[in-house]
Amino acid sequence: MANLTGYRRPYPGTQPNHLHPPYVSSEKRSPSKPLIYLPHTLSEITGPAFDAAKIDGKACDLTRQHKGEPLGERITVSGRVLDENGHVVPRTLIEIWQANAAGRYDHKVDQHNAPLDPNFTGRGRALTDEQGRYRFVTIRPGEYPWRNHYNAWRPAHIHFSVFGPAFATRLVTQMYFPGDPLLTYDPIFNCTADEKARNRLISIFDWETTEPDERLGYKFDIVLSGRLSTPWEK
Amino acid sequence: MSLQATTSQTVGPYFRIGMEWLFKEDLAGPGVAGERILIAGRVLDADGQGVSDAVLEFWQADAQGKYAHPDDQQEKSGQPAFQGFGRVPTAEDGRFRFTTIKPGAVPGPDGKLQAPHIVVSVFMRGLLRRLVTRIYFPGEPANAADFALNLVESARRATLIAMKSEQPAGHLEWNVVLQGPDETVFFDC
Repeated sequence: MANLTGYRRPYPGTQPNHLHPPYVSSEKRSPSKPLIYLPHTLSEITGPAFDAAKIDGKACDLTRQHKGEPLGERITVSGRVLDENGHVVPRTLIEIWQANAAGRYDHKVDQHNAPLDPNFTGRGRALTDEQGRYRFVTIRPGEYPWRNHYNAWRPAHIHFSVFGPAFATRLVTQMYFPGDPLLTYDPIFNCTADEKARNRLISIFDWETTEPDERLGYKFDIVLSGRLSTPWEK
Repeated sequence: MSLQATTSQTVGPYFRIGMEWLFKEDLAGPGVAGERILIAGRVLDADGQGVSDAVLEFWQADAQGKYAHPDDQQEKSGQPAFQGFGRVPTAEDGRFRFTTIKPGAVPGPDGKLQAPHIVVSVFMRGLLRRLVTRIYFPGEPANAADFALNLVESARRATLIAMKSEQPAGHLEWNVVLQGPDETVFFDC
């Protein structure tokens, strides 16, 4: 018989509502009717897996994807993917994307008057290892203006997309940097009621992964929904 | 040990940079058994305007109703060539399309079969958290007893069922309406 045990639901206040008026574009893109609670079935407790053979080993080093070196401050971003039960999530796909050191994305929609860097695309991907660990080498992204409100600036951030073992565990988030003065004013970062949940989006400066004469290290652990306990796990 | 899941954040307008390599409009390559279908539609905002910067992800079982996943322990042979995952962005006018095979029925609660369906994640700038919905198929007798469709008030159920398209014949139309009288049903998943 298939194990149809579902995944845990978020703690109150730890996930954003779809409508968050300070983030102006949520107003016309969020549902007005309540979501309908869906017990998890086989469709939600399964999900795609990705083949390590299809992921280029260089994809986790964003500073070595072009002929020359990108401009900016080199950093290592590493951490683990865990679930709410504290189990590591091995062999799961992480995709990242980010602005360059000047705060400009390599994307036609980004018209910010800052230079593109021919040696930086801002795209990375990796699978976690058997212990759920991942590691990216990149450059520290720049802050950049956006049109949400007068004199609006996004704090420096890296976008993360993570799959986990099931459709129910899919997560897209953003990682921020400690001490960024713009965090206080950012409606996207401030989307959750729970301050502790919000602050977990801020990476931690880490001596262990800081390499002498090379680059600073930042740690960012990601937690995915955990499975409810199963009868045979008790 | 108990941790709390990381807070979701929007994909923003520039997701193409990181997600484009997995854009996949054809979920079922040659040799995958099943009835070939094409589903096309639009993502529309509260003003009925097409959303030009959304990305949809699909997950489905094969034609026999088996998922390519270790937790699917049904005694069905499976299709090694069929993964069941797709990801497509919307175009300037909010249009998207994908081709696949019609999934078979998979088990639901109490061992009853669910009607054939595809589960969908919707991401876009403006959404701090993904929206989850399902695509069902028109003229499917099993829809009437489907457990998830029956969680929805009858007047709104049609938003989850693809429509037979006039042009071209044989295609299916299914739209994501974010807000308004025809708002798509989204699930708390």
